[in-house]
Amino acid sequence: MTPGRTLPYGQWRRLGRIDDIDLYEQKARRSMKHGKGLFVASFLVLPVGLYLWLVILPFIQAFQISLTDWSGYTTGFNYIGFDNFINMWDDPKQWVIPGFRHTGIILLVLPVIVIAMALFFAFMLNVGGRSQGGVSGVRGAGFYKIVYFFPQVLATAIIAIVWAQIYKPPTTGGLLASALQAVGLPYPENGFMGSTGLVLPGIIAVMVWSSVGFYLVYFSSAMAAIPQDIYEAARIDGASRTKTFFKITLPLLWESVQTAWIYLGIIALDGFVLVFMMTPSQGGPNHASEVIGGAIYKFAFGSGNDAGMASAIGVVLFLGVLILTLVSLRVTRRERVEF
Amino acid sequence: MTTAQLPPKTEKATPRRKSADDQESSRVLNVFSHGFLILWAAMVILPVVWVMINSFRASGDIKSNPFGIPLEAHWENFAGAWVEANLGQYFLNTVIVLLMSVTGTMLLGAMAAYVLARYDFPGNRFFFMMFVAGMMFPVFLALFPLYKTMDNIGLKDTHVGLAIVYIAYSLPFTVFFLTAFFRSLPHGVAEAAMIDGAGHYRLFWQVMLPMAKPGLISITIFNVIGQWNQFLLPLVLMNRNKDGQVLSVGLASLTSEAGKQVDTGVLFAGMALAMLPVLIAYILFQRQIQAGMTAGALK
Repeated sequence: MTPGRTLPYGQWRRLGRIDDIDLYEQKARRSMKHGKGLFVASFLVLPVGLYLWLVILPFIQAFQISLTDWSGYTTGFNYIGFDNFINMWDDPKQWVIPGFRHTGIILLVLPVIVIAMALFFAFMLNVGGRSQGGVSGVRGAGFYKIVYFFPQVLATAIIAIVWAQIYKPPTTGGLLASALQAVGLPYPENGFMGSTGLVLPGIIAVMVWSSVGFYLVYFSSAMAAIPQDIYEAARIDGASRTKTFFKITLPLLWESVQTAWIYLGIIALDGFVLVFMMTPSQGGPNHASEVIGGAIYKFAFGSGNDAGMASAIGVVLFLGVLILTLVSLRVTRRERVEF
Repeated sequence: MTTAQLPPKTEKATPRRKSADDQESSRVLNVFSHGFLILWAAMVILPVVWVMINSFRASGDIKSNPFGIPLEAHWENFAGAWVEANLGQYFLNTVIVLLMSVTGTMLLGAMAAYVLARYDFPGNRFFFMMFVAGMMFPVFLALFPLYKTMDNIGLKDTHVGLAIVYIAYSLPFTVFFLTAFFRSLPHGVAEAAMIDGAGHYRLFWQVMLPMAKPGLISITIFNVIGQWNQFLLPLVLMNRNKDGQVLSVGLASLTSEAGKQVDTGVLFAGMALAMLPVLIAYILFQRQIQAGMTAGALK
């Protein structure tokens, strides 16, 4: 090996061997080209193949199935045009319309509550402290962050079982109703999941419980990027904490809030697991907690026995997601602040 | 919390003096804020503690008094959960599936991302956009055709089948994240390695992969947690293989109306057993997990 042969580009330049640099680059370029096509193909064939086969193809098939009357378990089926898309709004099982309504409610309520709480916590834990000099979080901020984030690593299935136990009626040892009973407050006789008025708020509360910590940590890292002297200046000017939050923190975090909004929207569409595991007859009582994912599941794999309908609802859901994402990106767009 | 009330020291700069009203309202806000912080912490900790305590209690005691403490430790709850309720088997199944699926996801994801990030070829942009588009698709839409596909090739109700589906559905995000990461690596090192006679394959395995380690760790944590928590895919794709089921769906079957009715004490022990490894891993690696999940999920 000739000396200097393995030196990186920068060191060659420093050594002043100008003539050799062209040679170096040429050689690098030539060896990068050699066997490139085969290499690229060999690295792409498996991931792309698998992805096309198990993700893209089923999605295309779902669009096709949505135009049929296929139950899913027979060999034959007929193309019936857009009948499924019309019939779903007149569904005798009462899954579809309540499903869309409740998913819509979750979609409106969940992001607002989670983002408001996460922002408040993040602000308190990062800049809420008012000790002498410097900008810092309240005492115990590290501890709070660790605790709040924890539900995020628990499987949704476990969260559902734990909260199902908490929501049970007092007669079977439900924590919350028993506590209300003990202090003499009104409580739902059949448990929270057995009451038509409380079942949906109860599900939303669990979704909030499990996701606040994640967005708290996410907003915290965004807040850490805001320069300290901006807060210093505000403090010297005598700005209160509330004012600091609304005039400084929130505007500078806008982009993160926007991203969080979209992700929470996706989570809101996914309330199915909780509803499936926690509510009576997976959407009850009396259809008070039907969600759209549940409707799709029940048509495809439950008692609905109508794969065509399930796919049609899925297509509507997909288009809804697409439109909502585009609209929310447009509505919340703001000028970006560089700092 | 009283120190938070002290006015800032004056030697640095003199803040405008606050009126008494301001101070009063700020104190109320302060008490309220701290109260809320503590309340939320209690709301996270109490259910977990409640599950741990009840896992040692007899079924009848839990139902009659949900707040009680165990008079004697009912260890048989744990034996019941592990053996009779089959949690041991479900644990093993989950680990088997995850070993295959996480390895596969990282391998295929890194390969695709590397090529898309560092090689210029016709269709590069198209393949990248195709993967990215996958992040927008609701899984619900593909569920039924996917079920049929797996059934037709005989991979439904198998661990291998479930693992390859996990891989396929984890690819969009993994590729998206790692492409950005590979792009950020310096070009000089790759060139130097090439001059030294390393081929494309050696360059990837021995130079680029080790350099991408921080990104690989983040996305591995993200995928492990994501796939460990999967519910919908195993529910549908393993529906005829009860003994091969993964933990999340196996736990659900303990509480479902159709499934066998399980003793409440055993159910709590099952929850405790399912939580414990996650809790320990989280306490040990909470910094890495928080970083991995937030960096992973939101880019």
